[in-house]
Parts: sequence; C-alpha cells; structure tokens
Amino acid sequence: MHNKSVADLSRELASGTISSVELTRQFLDRIRQEDEKYNSFITVTEEQALADAKAADEQRAAGNATPWTGIPFAHKDIFCTNGVRTTCGSKMLENFVPPYDATVTANFRQAGAVCLGKTNMDEFAMGSSNESSHFGAVTNPWGERRVPGGSSGGSAAAVAARLVPAATATDTGGSIRQPAALCGVTGLKPTYGRVSRYGMIAFASSLDQGGTIARTAEDNAMMLNVMAGFDPKDSTSIDREVPDYTATLNEPVKGLTIGLPKEYFSDQLSPAMEEQVRNAIREYEKLGATVKEVSLPNAKLAIAAYYVIAPAEASANLSRFDGVRYGYRCEDPKDLMDLYTRTRAEGFGEEVKRRILVGTYALSAGYFDAYYLKAQKVRRLIQQDFISAFKEVDVLMSPVSPSPAFVQGEKNTDPVTMYLEDVFTIAVNLAGVPAMSVPAGFVDGLPVGLQIIGDYFSEARLLNAAHQFQQVTDWHQREPQ
Amino acid sequence: MQWDIVIGLEIHVQLATRTKIFSGSSTAYGAEPNTQANAVDLAMPGTLPVPNENAFRYAVMFGLAVNAEIERRSVFERKNYFYPDLPKGYQTTQLERPIVGPGFVDIDLPNGETKRVRIHHAHLEEDAGKSLHEDFHGMTGVDLNRAGTPLIEVVTEPDMNNADEAVAFARKLHGIVTSLGICDGDMSQGSMRFDVNISLKPKGSDTLGTRTETKNLNSFRFMEQAIAHEVERQMDILEDGGEIVQETRLYNGDRDESRSMRTKEEANDYRYFPCPDLLPVVLDEAFIEEARNSLPELPDARKARFQEQYGLNDYDAGLLAGDSKLATFFEETVTHGKDAKLSANWLLGEFSARLNAEERSVADSPISGEQLGALVTRIADNTVSSAGAKKVFEALWTGENDDVDAIIDAKGLKQVSDTGELEKMVDEVLAGMPDQVAQYQNEEDPKKRKKMLGGFMGPLMKASKGQGNPKLFNEILQKKLGG
Repeated sequence: MHNKSVADLSRELASGTISSVELTRQFLDRIRQEDEKYNSFITVTEEQALADAKAADEQRAAGNATPWTGIPFAHKDIFCTNGVRTTCGSKMLENFVPPYDATVTANFRQAGAVCLGKTNMDEFAMGSSNESSHFGAVTNPWGERRVPGGSSGGSAAAVAARLVPAATATDTGGSIRQPAALCGVTGLKPTYGRVSRYGMIAFASSLDQGGTIARTAEDNAMMLNVMAGFDPKDSTSIDREVPDYTATLNEPVKGLTIGLPKEYFSDQLSPAMEEQVRNAIREYEKLGATVKEVSLPNAKLAIAAYYVIAPAEASANLSRFDGVRYGYRCEDPKDLMDLYTRTRAEGFGEEVKRRILVGTYALSAGYFDAYYLKAQKVRRLIQQDFISAFKEVDVLMSPVSPSPAFVQGEKNTDPVTMYLEDVFTIAVNLAGVPAMSVPAGFVDGLPVGLQIIGDYFSEARLLNAAHQFQQVTDWHQREPQ
Repeated sequence: MQWDIVIGLEIHVQLATRTKIFSGSSTAYGAEPNTQANAVDLAMPGTLPVPNENAFRYAVMFGLAVNAEIERRSVFERKNYFYPDLPKGYQTTQLERPIVGPGFVDIDLPNGETKRVRIHHAHLEEDAGKSLHEDFHGMTGVDLNRAGTPLIEVVTEPDMNNADEAVAFARKLHGIVTSLGICDGDMSQGSMRFDVNISLKPKGSDTLGTRTETKNLNSFRFMEQAIAHEVERQMDILEDGGEIVQETRLYNGDRDESRSMRTKEEANDYRYFPCPDLLPVVLDEAFIEEARNSLPELPDARKARFQEQYGLNDYDAGLLAGDSKLATFFEETVTHGKDAKLSANWLLGEFSARLNAEERSVADSPISGEQLGALVTRIADNTVSSAGAKKVFEALWTGENDDVDAIIDAKGLKQVSDTGELEKMVDEVLAGMPDQVAQYQNEEDPKKRKKMLGGFMGPLMKASKGQGNPKLFNEILQKKLGG
C-alpha cells in the first residue's frame, strides 16, 4: 500500500479493501522502522492518528466520505495544529502547543484526512538543505549524506521514502520546489493568496505560500482542492472561485506554448542537469506543445532583491519570539533586556539570526531607501517580466535547482553559496505566480526536477501539464533503494 | 527676556468599536486581565490581522468633522520596538499615508476670540497592552486586554501659544469625538490621552526652539498644569543660559513634577515598513459619502442652534454645545423645563458644580434631564424660590425622592404667591417696625435704601414661614414704602 498514490488509496478505501485504521497502522509502522535513517519527522502523533483513522472509518460507514476521508498524510511543522506541538524547526518553539488550527490544518481535518505527524524543516523555513533545523538534518532517501533540500526537506523526504503519500509544505523562495526536485517528488507552490496563511508561521509574509508535495500531479491536485480558497482570517488571501483541480488533468497539452527563459539556462546550470531538463521539454513537444525562448531580463536581480525583502519582513515577523508569552525563555533573566537578548540568542539558530540581522539592517534609518525600497522596485520589474512573458506563452519551463542533491555540510558554511540554490525559484515568489516541480530524470543517480511556471491562478493548467507528462514518463514512480 | 510659547498636541483617541482593530476580541474596559485577548492579540505564531471596517468608518467620520482630506488609499506600517506589552514586537500603525490628511478646528478663546488650529494628519493604529508594575513582587505583569484597541492619533500643527489655547483645543476635540460617538471620551479610563510638544522662542522670533514632548496626560487639568510646569522649566533653563534637550518627559500630576523618559539620542529606530499582512486600505466614494451622511450635529453647529433656538448667549451656548452629553442633557431639561435660560443656568451652575465636586461625568448624574426640567418649571412658575429649589435639587441628587412636586410638598417649600395674602403680611410686619420704616423713607442714597430693604425680608420670610415669594415681597415692599 505504501507505494500507492493518494488517488489509489482513496479508491481502495472507498472499495473497502482496506480500512483507514489498517492503512494508518501500516504507514505508522513504516515511519517507526524507516525514519531513523531520514529524520523527516519532528513529531509523530500515533495515538491521535489512530483515533482520527477510526473516526474516518466511522464517517465512511455513515456514508459521509470525501476523497480524503481516512487518507494518511503529514503537515510541515510550520502549520499550527491544535493540541499538537508546532516547532517550526526551532528551539524557540520546541515546546509550543498551539491552541488553534491553521486554516490549512482545519481544512484537512474537515476533509477527514489523518495526520500522522509534523515534518522536519529548516528553522523558520530559512534554508535550502534542511540543515538549519534544531531537530537535526534530514537525509535524502536518494543518497546517504545527501541533503533533501529545504526548507520543506522533511515533507519531500517523507513522501520520497513512502512514509506518507502526501505532505503539506510552504514555499517562500523555493522551499517546496527545490526539495521536491532533490527528492524526486512532485510539488506545487500556488499563486500568492490562493491558500490561506492563517496559522502558518510567518517567515516573509509577502512571499510565503502554503502548497503541496506528493508523488503525482494528480495527488497535488487533490491536495490543492482541500487547501485552496479565500479565508476571512487572512486578508491577503484572494476571494476567487476554486475549480476542481482534478477535473482538467486529462486535457491534452497539444497546442500548449512553452517558454524557456534564457536566463534560466545559463552557465550556472551543469550540462548534465540541462540535458535532463531539455529531454523533459522534448517530451512535451512530442505531445504537441510548441517551445520558444523568452526572456526574464530582471531575473538576475531576484536573489539580491529577495535577500533584502525576505529578511526585512522576517526581522519583524520574528520579533514576537521574545520569551514573554510563549516559547523558549532563557533561565533567570536579570532584567528585561537580559530576557530579550538571551532568549533570542539562545532560542534562534545561526541562519535565523543572520537573516534577522540582515533584515534589521536593511530597514534601518539611512539604509531603508537604498535597500528595502530599491528591492521593492526590482520586485515590480520582475513581476512585469512574468506578466510580459505570459502574453507570449502559456507556461514557462526551466530547471528547479542548478545541481542535484548535494552532500550535507557542503554548502552550509557559506551562506551565499546556499542562497544560490534558489537562483531559478526565487523570482516566482517575488512575482507571486504559481510553479511546480516535476521529476524529470536523474544525474548520477540523483533526481532532477523540471520547473513549470504559470500565470496567476493557473494552477489547473500547471497540474494538467504535469499530469500529462507523468502519463508518458515514470520518473515520479521511481523508488529510492 | 520675553518668550513666545509654541505648543503642538498629539492626541490618542480610543475608538468606541465593539471589537479590536485587527481581531474579534471585545474592547470593553475593566475586565479581568488578559480575558479579552485572543490568539491574534497575543501574537501567537501564524495568526494574522483582519481589519475592522468600523474603525475605518470612525476615522473617516473624524476626518470629515475636522474638515480634513480623506486618503483614498492608506497604508498600514509596522513600527518595530520591543516591549512586554507590545505582543508582536511591532505596532501596526500608519506613517507615510495616514487615513486622515490635513484639516483644522476652530476654537473659542476665553477672551471671546476664535482661533484656527491646523491638524497635520490623523492616523489609525492599534493600542498596546498595559505593563503593571505593582503587586508582582519586583516583577512586571502584562495585561493585553487593551492590546489591539483601535486608536486614531491626531497630530496638530504647533499652532497654540498658551495652556488656555491647548486646553480649549483639547476640549473642542473631546466634544467632536464624543458628538460623533466614535469615542466615549472617558479620560480617566484612558479613552483620550494627550502628548504635549512645547518649545519656547524669543518673542517675535521666526525660529522655533528645541521642543520637548510631555506624554500621556489624561485630564484637562493635568494638561494645563503640565504645560505651565514645562514652560517654567524651559524658561528657567533658557534664562540661565542653558539649552533645552530634545526629549520625552513624563509628568506626575499628583506631585506637579516631571522627569525625562528618553532623549533624542536614546530614541528607537522604529524601522517602519509597510505591513505585508495587510493590503492598502482603499476607500471608495460611496463609503465616504455614507460616513458623511451619518455625521451627527457637531459642536459648532449645535452652538449656533442653541443661540438661535434657545436664545442663549455665546458663552453658555459654547459650553453646553461643546460636550455632547451635556448638550443632550440640556435639551432634555429644556423639553421638560420650558425656560431655556434658567435651564442653562442650573446646568452650568449647581449641576456642573456638583458633578465636579463628586468627580462624576454627566452620564453618571443621579438626576435626569426630565427631573431637572421639572424643577426648572417650578422655579419659573414661582412655585419654589431659588433657595427652595436648591433644597429640592439636593433631595433629587441624594435620591431622597425622585419627584419634584412631591419633594416641594413634603418639605413645605411651596411659595405663597397670592398677592393679597402677601400684602397682608407686609402690612403686619411694617406696622411692627415703625423706626426702620421711617429710617428707610428718610434715606436718599438708593444703594443704602436697597440694602435697608433687605432688612425687612428676614421678618417677612419668618412671618411667611419661609414660603413667601421673595420677589413678590420685594415688589410689594417697594410699593408700600414708596419706591
């Protein structure tokens, strides 16, 4: 059962060949046996999961099943779960138990899905290798000592290792797409505002977007059906009709116009990676799509702009972790300043502190115009680049990362090298458009991802394009040994 | 040396919305600590602000009432600083694009002149919680009930030149926001708090001096005292050849002392930037028109109407119209009391004095406008004398009885106004005081005569057991004694 997709499991549950309790037990057993190798979970909620599975079986018996009733899955540990500790990968929240659900969490609960636990992540979603987690690094199931990518490294590794068929994730600068690519699974970052951010612990509010990781595009579509929609609790979520994302998966891609941003096929990309990506695009041509080169002229400025805007927002978003109301508090503070400084010095890890410092600097009097305002101007130029490109083409395709999964410890000593991991993914967040990562081949036995970027609210088209690709390829079915 | 005083005000006005500016928690005052703070107010991880439309409506009403431009697209920003009663580590406020742009308010000065005070802008923001330093054994308690209460901060131009003007402006603003119903105006509960910026410059100079800011004054009296105190402090320094340090000061009204809170050098770099959790607030014309149409009568219009409709003088009309609760009370009194001038006198006299003495607001008055009106009626129709009326007022106030006529009866305060009966009493009393009558009639000086006339009143009142109408006694006396 652990190799089956969410769609398959949904059918199995519906036909009664297996109950949710049995299914849940099987996956919990796998987590218990296998996750020591990967460390993809921070918290496993066995008791709660079995109780939820039992409730799901009863729900089904009563004739009230949804496609998700009884399906086991996991949440990235950034989504608040009522009564279950939510750490965001940080010592600061090591013992934080929220008294409320994130809207995403509530939606899955409402759909009857069974959450098995909370997946590991870079601390406060800051990282591209999952090495900044307070709860230890995650290992990529495709290679010993290889990173799974980040920040949603736990979700991607857990899905790749078949510990869960699906997991929620978030993407601020590539945090869904890059780990999905490095772990050989399928991930979707929706349009900014498509999925509520309520209860999703903020890193950079104007960039953060909740999304999906599963093995197939179809499962991503099923997840998005549960997650997408306007939320009155999030004023930046968008009030716009949510289509059934599974309904258009089988549309042909014949006639689809694919743009290849020339800036994303640069010398930053290894020839072996480029070959895999171009092979994937050739599959689309075989399916009747046409390909043309386009330009995102300001894409080269994306990383610089991102590393001003994201840390600036983070520096304010993380001010609430002050040791006063919840979370970590230092021992025996001698006065208020000592409480603040020691709590934050001891509670945050290196990368988080680095970004708070960078953001605080960028917003400081005398620097604000040169950094923050300038970065916002660049951001508008980048948005304009995408808007122009989508006047010419239906989707953009590119690599997700410059190289496949790297070895743990290789890049975390030099932050800038690590930041360059996101060179192909970050502009998407600055523009707010949706994008996917789809398994598209291997280099040296390590997975390679194809990035498909769409216009605002074109998730259905992206999922359709990915699904059609997965009908003629089997990269997404490969299982790590 | 002669000095010009330059004063500008910043006024925090708590908006009387039922719920907070970015959460659904109640804003009611006085609940147990931290019982009115939900996950958003506590800044729990992942929570997000949801704007309260009524706060925008109130801010727009305020803007329209002070003749200001309304910003069609205002932006919330984060003002970053750490403090235990500031749960998010930043205050959500407005800086670059406040919702209310430049406007003005005209104030009446004690000398009868009118002065225009310009408003620089007013912005929407959230209030912080409260840090409680007592009762925690050397530690600090934090109460977040107030955190997230909507405020507008009104910032004036430095257009006031003495404490009288500043207080007149403060009172006027109080009258405006309470008339609009956007603030309960209760200063003892912090519903309105004043920061005063003061500087001195040599008389006639065009260059402003260094200013200080005195924060959180929560009564008109403290404001007046704080200004006097600060002007004197600055004057002493300047006249001794010293320099004013730009700083924020705290004034202790009970001791009439102030101390420095922080200097400019110690000021925070607040690192303002637009709040990414909130979209710009876009107000359409319909929303603004709706707010305009919902504006109630404001103090200036009400004052004009009181003069016109009730024949009140400028001063009385201004006082009564300036405070919306007093104005309402006045109109209730007039409805039942007929005589507007007499009603105004009683409200501004006995009634206000009593409220002040007991530190009560109009809303807490133990007597109603209807009761006071009934009393005014009985004064006007000569049923009670003004001395008697004070006794009735006392009985109403203390709750001895709530019916004016019943009190008059029970206390035997009804005046005798039957002229025949009164003439008889006058004749009898004059007959018993022949020396005084002769003395009176021989006196040439009208002033002295008037005084001597008073000498007959005592025996007359005694003869009438206090119930004779003094006015009529007076008239009859003058007639009988020959002018």
